[in-house]
Order: sequence, then C-alpha cells, then structure tokens
Amino acid sequence: MEFLTMKLWSPYLVGIGIGILSWFTFLLSNKPIGCSTAFARTSGMIERWFIGNKVDEKLYFKEFPAKIDWEWMLVLGIFIGSFLSAKFSGEFKVQWIPSVWLATFGSNITPRVLTAFLGGIILGLGARWAGGCTSGHGISGALQLTVSSWIAAVCFFISGIATAYFIYYRIGG
Amino acid sequence: MFTKLHSQSKLQLLFGFITGIIFGFLLQKGGVGRYNVIINQLLLKDFTVLKIMLSAVVTGMIGIYFLKGRKLVELHPKSGSFGMTVVGGLIFGIGFAVLGYCPGTISAAIGQGNLDALSGGLIGIILGAGLFAQLYPKIQKFFKIGWFGAITWPELFQVNPWVVIVPLSLIIMAIFFRLEAAGL
Repeated sequence: MEFLTMKLWSPYLVGIGIGILSWFTFLLSNKPIGCSTAFARTSGMIERWFIGNKVDEKLYFKEFPAKIDWEWMLVLGIFIGSFLSAKFSGEFKVQWIPSVWLATFGSNITPRVLTAFLGGIILGLGARWAGGCTSGHGISGALQLTVSSWIAAVCFFISGIATAYFIYYRIGG
Repeated sequence: MFTKLHSQSKLQLLFGFITGIIFGFLLQKGGVGRYNVIINQLLLKDFTVLKIMLSAVVTGMIGIYFLKGRKLVELHPKSGSFGMTVVGGLIFGIGFAVLGYCPGTISAAIGQGNLDALSGGLIGIILGAGLFAQLYPKIQKFFKIGWFGAITWPELFQVNPWVVIVPLSLIIMAIFFRLEAAGL
C-alpha cells in the first residue's frame, strides 16, 4: 500500500484514474462528474433559512432544487478524499498563504483572503453562467465530445491565462 | 442500462459520496488542490492541470463511447450558446485565476488544510453561484444569443464517433510528448 502514502502521483495516472471513475459514474449513476451546481444548491439551502419554502418557487431552484443531491455528496466526498490522501502522505498542513502568492504579495493574510473571496464570487457566477466548471465542462463534457464544453474549456483557459498574467506580471511585477 | 439502480435515490447519494472520495483522493495526489499548481498552469510554467484533464478526457471518451455502443450508458451533453458558454466561460476564467482554485479543487484544497480556500474562496463561490441563481431570470435572455444547443462533435460533423475519438486521442498524445520533450 506504499502508493497510498506517496506525496504525488504521475498526472497521467491521476487523469487515467479520473477517466475510469467517469465510466463508473455513467454506468452506475447515469451521471457525469460535475461540481458547480452543488454551490448554487447550497446558496438556495441557506436562503431557505431566511425565506422558507418560497425559495422553491424561484425559477433557478425549480430547475436545480435547493437540496442535497448526488453532485452535492460528490463535492463533500472530494473534501474527505483529499483529507485522507493528505493525511496518508503527511501532506496535510493548515496554511493561510500559498507560497507562490507569498513570494509576490507577501505574508499578510487579509489581501489573500479578500482576493480569494472576490475570485470565488466571479468563479461561482461564471460557472453557473457557463453551465459547468473545470470538471463538468472541462473533463466530463469534453470526454463526451460536447461542443459547448470544448468551447467553455477553451474560454476558461484564455481568460484564466490572461488574468493570471495580469495579476502576476502587471500588479505583482 | 442499469435503470433500476439509477432510480434508487438514497443509494445514489452514497454512490455520489464514494465517487467524490475517490475523485478527491486523485485530485490531491495529482497536486491540483494546490493554488501553486493551478496558478503556475495559468502562468504556463507547470502543465499538471492540462495533463490530468486531457488524460482523463482520452481515457473517459474511449470508455464512454465503447459503453454507449453497447447501450450501457447514455450521454449528457450540455447545451450552450455564445451568450452562455463563451461569456460564462470568460467570466469563469477570471475567477479561476483570481481565486486559484476551481469548484472541485477548492473542496480538495480545504481537505488538505488551505484556509484561504475555506474562509475566502468557498464563501465566495456560494455567494457567486447564489447571485447567479437570483439573476437567472434576467441573465437567461442572453443565453439565446448564438444558440448551438446540446450537440457533440460527431453529431455536428455527422460522422461515426470513432472518426473523432481516434485522431483526437493521437493529437492529445502528441501534446504530451511535446510537453515532456520540452521538460514541462
């Protein structure tokens, strides 16, 4: 079981593993792997605390009910799976600032957390706008050869690369 | 198709959870739960993200189209349009670079102890997705612009899927060889 305690696996093996995992989700659950609707559903579940069952009457939550579903459980599972993997390899580490950020923008926690918060809002909005994220479009959609998913994945990287260059070479440079 | 199995809702929640555990394990072992790996991909210094995504695509498509040929699975292509896919995709990319995680890998990042992901990113994504849900009736109008629907490349070109799968797999493999040869 030595492979379980390794810090990193070859990216090709990881990718092949995810590809094989997707065969099983189609076979056993009739579902492609995806993550971003879970966050929209969560927002609806939080809204339910304030406005009660009126949330179910909103157009979006009629299409994507504000409740726990297969994909929501998948996102929860990712957290557990990553925790186990990190624990087995001794890589679990409570950390506020990633080292690449630190090297350019310093060790102050507040700017990093605010940037992550802002980025999260844009990411959550964009993911639901595009109808999927890096996993739903970028992996599951692309492997079904879906036209919209290939276009979405290319757009993710075009603006992602442009924005990363702007952040690190303009603001940080 | 295992339609009987698909209709067992409680069991399916468990399947989703188990799938997530395996997926999260793989993401962490691949290193893509790390901000550094994602941002260095977008800065074109580290190609781990692309390698994982494309090898998942090659493996996945060969298996899924094989199973589809045996009528064991059905496809779920997402519909799209210029106003939906391109505009949404470009917005997503900005968030991807600003946050340095994506909706799947942020869960892996939290699992390995990244507090910027938990305190900033997670709350942000829920708010952003919630904002979209609130604005959905208005944003929906833009979705009709340049509509191309839920279609796959083989359907678009009206060819046998393997006419796409075989050359695409070879192209992706060639990309891998180029990346390795360049030491990336």
